[in-house]
Amino acid sequence: MSAIRAGWIITLRDLQHWVRQPAMPIFGIAFTIMLLLMFAFLFGGAIEIPGGGADYIGFLLPGVFTLTMLFGLENTMAAMSEDSKRGVTDRFRSMPIPSSSIVLGRAGADLLYSALSLAVLMGGGLLLGWRVETGLGQAVLAAALLLWLRFALLWLGIFLGLTFRGAGATMAIQVLVWPIGFLSSVFVSTETMPAWLGAVTQWNPVSITATAARELFGNPTGVTAGLLSTHAVLLAVVVPLAITLVFLPLSARAYRGLGK
Amino acid sequence: MDHSLIATGLRKRFGQTRALDGFDLRVAPGTVHGLLGPNGAGKSTAVRVLTTLTRLEEGTATIAGIDVRRDPAGVRSRIGLVGQAAAVDEILGGEQNLVMFGRLFGLAKRAARARASQLLEQFDLAEVGSKPVSSYSGGMRRRLDIAASLILSPSVLFLDEPTTGLDPRGRNEVWRAVRQASAAGTTVLLTTQYLEEADQLADQISVMSAGRVIADGTPDSLKSDLGADVVSVVVSDPGRLAEAAGLLGRVAGAEASVDKDARAASTRATTGSAAMVEAIRALDAAGIELDDVSLRRPTLDEVFLTLTDTDTNTKETR
Repeated sequence: MSAIRAGWIITLRDLQHWVRQPAMPIFGIAFTIMLLLMFAFLFGGAIEIPGGGADYIGFLLPGVFTLTMLFGLENTMAAMSEDSKRGVTDRFRSMPIPSSSIVLGRAGADLLYSALSLAVLMGGGLLLGWRVETGLGQAVLAAALLLWLRFALLWLGIFLGLTFRGAGATMAIQVLVWPIGFLSSVFVSTETMPAWLGAVTQWNPVSITATAARELFGNPTGVTAGLLSTHAVLLAVVVPLAITLVFLPLSARAYRGLGK
Repeated sequence: MDHSLIATGLRKRFGQTRALDGFDLRVAPGTVHGLLGPNGAGKSTAVRVLTTLTRLEEGTATIAGIDVRRDPAGVRSRIGLVGQAAAVDEILGGEQNLVMFGRLFGLAKRAARARASQLLEQFDLAEVGSKPVSSYSGGMRRRLDIAASLILSPSVLFLDEPTTGLDPRGRNEVWRAVRQASAAGTTVLLTTQYLEEADQLADQISVMSAGRVIADGTPDSLKSDLGADVVSVVVSDPGRLAEAAGLLGRVAGAEASVDKDARAASTRATTGSAAMVEAIRALDAAGIELDDVSLRRPTLDEVFLTLTDTDTNTKETR
């Protein structure tokens, strides 16, 4: 059996989970919508965007899209560690299917879920007054870059899920994802931060993809100078690629380590 | 006769620990083979190595004639594994689980469904087939787990401590499922710490300790090899128990053990009933009154303890 076919059957298993327990995906997406509303209305009035005028919704939405990609990391990690703890991974490994299909199945399910979340959030954004100011082609490219970041984070999640299997580790990642999400340009422009902090948060991969998405959607980027203001799209291609190049081999190694 | 499973000189180390240290095993087709040993004896490592989950360091193993190291994929298409945790999806229903695993085994959608309902029927799960596995009892999960391992009718079914953590009812359900699988012609290798389980299910038993097999045989032959019979007497006067034990020991040529609460003394006697008659004569001559006398086969527990004790002792003195 080909790895793709076996991977798809394993992906279908996750889709069946959503049907059986719709509360899980619904709450996941509802949570992001809540964050979005909170920032749009609670803090939004008080936040200024350098060079962006008063269009906070336009700035915020691509940021929240990116944040959703980051939050997906938790799902990947939790699902991976749950399966290896329960022996499901061992069952798959004892079956006559290519070992890569297990990871492909995970990747398929997680990317589908993130794409679905993204679609829901875009719909919600349009209702709130967010607009794509450019064209369809650039909007599609922005969505592709967002999912490209999600793809890179998949390997990080698989690596973490296979390496740290305790319940405590999942918890630690869930907590750590927050500062990583907030120490970025998701909610505020890095140019409004103290210089040292702005320099750090600007190079957060989340900031890079968010800036590229803003640029492609024609929304205010909040970046007026520096490399990111001129090459955001290129960086949003390269940085996730770098993450993938590091963590794909590492997760493959962690996977082989199960057989040591 | 070609064996379903042949393992020779398997070795596997985890850091300083020798999990397998010269492990040999032969399993005849169609039999249930029990691999019996205490925690840490290496039973699970043996199963993981034989099912290709863990890489083998030294030695050779073949399953249904296929080399574990040279053709792990070939081995995987001929085995079923029921690991220590019930490795089924908790959220899906029993039927969805079996269909998913069936499709991963390469069955077409319709064939996978047909096989699933056949297995649900066979393992008495048809009624709960659409309910999520999280609502199943421990015994039901294990049965589903076993059913999932039998989708392709494997040549060898591996069961790693399949009844650990189950209540007596769940345990009986699993035993029935194992007997069914065996009756259908599947060769079964079963690891267990419970002698009763091995005694109930296994045609052949290999006793494992410290990474290797220290004794082989049928449950009956193990009992008779090791222990001869056990003569035990219960005295009426607890004050004379020590004296009775001394006499019993002298007659049998072995030390007798004493159970004060039961007022009983017992010893192994290779000569069986002759030893019992002699013991009764000697006790009678000494004027020790008896409440009960019995001659019985040793339990597997006694065999097991003797075997593992000797093994540990020889190891320590080495």
